[in-house]
Amino acid sequence: MCLAVPGRVVSIANVDETLMAEVDFGTVRKQVCVEYVPDVKIGEYVVVHVGFAIQRLDEQSAQQTLTNFEQLGILEEEFGDGFSRAARHAGVDDPRGAGR
Amino acid sequence: MTEAIEHTNDLDFEGWVCPVPLRDTPFIVMGHGGGGAMSAELIEHLFLPAYGAAATADLGDSAVLSVGGSTLAFSTDSFVVKPMFFPGGSIGDLAVNGTVNDLAMSGAVPLFMSTAYILQEGTGLEELGRIAQQVGAAALVAGVKLVTGDTKVVDRGSGDGVYINTAGIGVIPHGVDINPRRAGVGDAVLVSGDLGVHGVAVMSCREGLEFGTTIESDTAALHGLVAAMLAACGDLHVLRDPTRGGLAASLNEIARASKVGIELVEQDIPVPQMVRDACGLLGLDPLQVANEGKLVAIVPADQADLVLQAMQAHPLGRAACRIGTCVPDHRGMVVAKTAMGGTRVVDLPIGEQLPRIC
Amino acid sequence: MKYLDEFSNPDLAHKLLDQIHAVTTQSWAMMEVCGGQTHSIIRHGIDQLLPEGLEMIHGPGCPVCVTPLEIIDKALAIAALDNVIFCSFGDMLRVPGSSQDLFMIKSGGGDVRVVYSPLDALNIARQNPDKEVVFFGIGFETTAPANAMTVYQAKRLGVKNFSMLVSHVLVPPAMAAIMESPTCRVQGFLAAGHVCSVMGTAQYPPLAERYKVPIVVTGFEPLDILEGIRRTVVQLEEGRHELENAYPRAVLAEGNVPAMAMLQDVFEVTDRTWRGIGMIPASGWKLSGRYGDFDAERRFDVMDIHTQESSICRSGEVLQGLIKPHECAAFGKECTPRKPLGATMVSSEGACAAYYAYRRLELVETT
Repeated sequence: MCLAVPGRVVSIANVDETLMAEVDFGTVRKQVCVEYVPDVKIGEYVVVHVGFAIQRLDEQSAQQTLTNFEQLGILEEEFGDGFSRAARHAGVDDPRGAGR
Repeated sequence: MTEAIEHTNDLDFEGWVCPVPLRDTPFIVMGHGGGGAMSAELIEHLFLPAYGAAATADLGDSAVLSVGGSTLAFSTDSFVVKPMFFPGGSIGDLAVNGTVNDLAMSGAVPLFMSTAYILQEGTGLEELGRIAQQVGAAALVAGVKLVTGDTKVVDRGSGDGVYINTAGIGVIPHGVDINPRRAGVGDAVLVSGDLGVHGVAVMSCREGLEFGTTIESDTAALHGLVAAMLAACGDLHVLRDPTRGGLAASLNEIARASKVGIELVEQDIPVPQMVRDACGLLGLDPLQVANEGKLVAIVPADQADLVLQAMQAHPLGRAACRIGTCVPDHRGMVVAKTAMGGTRVVDLPIGEQLPRIC
Repeated sequence: MKYLDEFSNPDLAHKLLDQIHAVTTQSWAMMEVCGGQTHSIIRHGIDQLLPEGLEMIHGPGCPVCVTPLEIIDKALAIAALDNVIFCSFGDMLRVPGSSQDLFMIKSGGGDVRVVYSPLDALNIARQNPDKEVVFFGIGFETTAPANAMTVYQAKRLGVKNFSMLVSHVLVPPAMAAIMESPTCRVQGFLAAGHVCSVMGTAQYPPLAERYKVPIVVTGFEPLDILEGIRRTVVQLEEGRHELENAYPRAVLAEGNVPAMAMLQDVFEVTDRTWRGIGMIPASGWKLSGRYGDFDAERRFDVMDIHTQESSICRSGEVLQGLIKPHECAAFGKECTPRKPLGATMVSSEGACAAYYAYRRLELVETT
């Protein structure tokens, strides 16, 4: 379920007393109902499912998530326990004993 | 309304041995015209047996025939596209280019074409005139003569505006042997440019699916490109224009006919961002979307660079690139290596491509 | 495309995979609820790249797959009526009813149309005042706000020739039903990201607590899926069973408040039979009394529906994650996407269809 796609709000208008936006999906644009994200501003991103914006996309949050991914493993490499990690990779018990 | 198929003595429905017995769906459904598995089945399990001894083995959309001392290519195609006018072209362009390309995929120089119209009562003469003009213009560009034709009219309500059938004849140069059974292990798989363009252009103006895009159909006559490729390499093995069913349909048919496996590198397949975005929105696979001005070529590995250079030097092949290789594994199937490093099967599309919510 | 491409970055994917390999010390089985997640996993080959002991059990999060057979048969009956324009999402067109599907109704002369959005169906109704226009309102909580708004608009604008055949299904009750099953092997859940975009995350901590399973709200792009898996495994390895949100860019704890308000108004909870699984109490939505005039089940007298499932179809077991698609004897033989016996082979989100489309290679090579 949920083929929902992110897009950028380009313009907002009242159509038949319904809040609609033109949303840019990169190179394709579509009319989307934004009644469920009524405070959305032009330039913001929304998640669109069957012609409706169901949530605003938080840009900062997205950036943070990507940064987290990039930093994964870096801290462990610097500070983590080399023996147990190596043992795990080799598929054997930590040579220093159980519980590690 | 639909009538049940009349069972004649010559058609043994019970005796059909196939994975999907047509007898379970006693009507034609839209999927039969989709260019995918269902269309192939209709030919294999209804038309060929019905034609009996009169049919040659294939009934593909292009035939290679020996007549006198010459080798001719003969091809036919019918155009039922809706909407009739779409960004970048019309049913008229498709009608000419579609058949020209079928001929070109055998390596033939297209020469003559017939045009037969089935018109719905009430079709606007102005509209028909525009289509006819585009037929004429496309034929001129393609260098084919329109030599014979026919017109029929059906009741308002039967049919859908304008249907065009074109049939074309071309001559295959001596020594050229291009057919879907010639792909060999180790051959390179090439495409002439961006994929999915036509299908998206047409879909973008269908009722209920309109979306803003400036994408235009890529409809074009490819025989000039093919000639340039033949000049670079006399031994092209397979050519195919991936129309209905897209790249997936064409490669699957070739893999099956040649009994090779085809392995693609997903990241190397050229799909323009606009097509990706539109397909993402509708939930479609760009590899199953129709193209009308592109070709797939399977050539000996040591000729791949030469052929690519020739393609890239031609206006219709600027973005030509290599997308995969024929392999001895999973014969008859097409597989793609994903960007993640996994593999996935690129399947023959079932029937019509439909937008999805899931 | 922004917010999609970045989350498919192969380098970051490999980082996440490395991390998953690093933290996994034993076998775990987790379920991705949403069919869209199943599709993404199979299509990108993510399950092939996970450590040996990690198993993804594919959940019943495919609304197409679980729409009750009786509703499908009703849809077919309505679509076959003269003077009806039957509108549906593309996914539903080839779902087999007891003896036909919508495609066949279309070829038999029924006016069946595919739309991208339920609002398109409402427009069709306004453009065709002399016809009855019916929209097939299926889906999980993700799709419900769109369907709700459409009925709301129909009422507001007085579009009398429009009605909706509603069959919504809810995720949390399904997760509970799965955990209640005696043969359940699920130890953790990747919760459906876009369902949570609408409904928020409040329904999950009680489930995590009751069944002692980690629940990680997960998106759909490869990196999102990998992160969801990673966080679930970390919890399992550490013996925790909490709710986590691994899709914060599109999911707020409180969900989408205006959407939930509309859902409260337009729908009411009902028992629902999930095709292949059985009746799950309070697991569906139907139109509330206020909107009863727009309920297609009331408007069209489609009694006399006798449902009949294929006797060899094992969709239900696939949907519950009890068997993998290729373990069904009919897989790829009597049952293919072209001639599906059950909905899991038709829907592009269905596990059987995903396996058939993307995984046949291995299955071929190992047989």
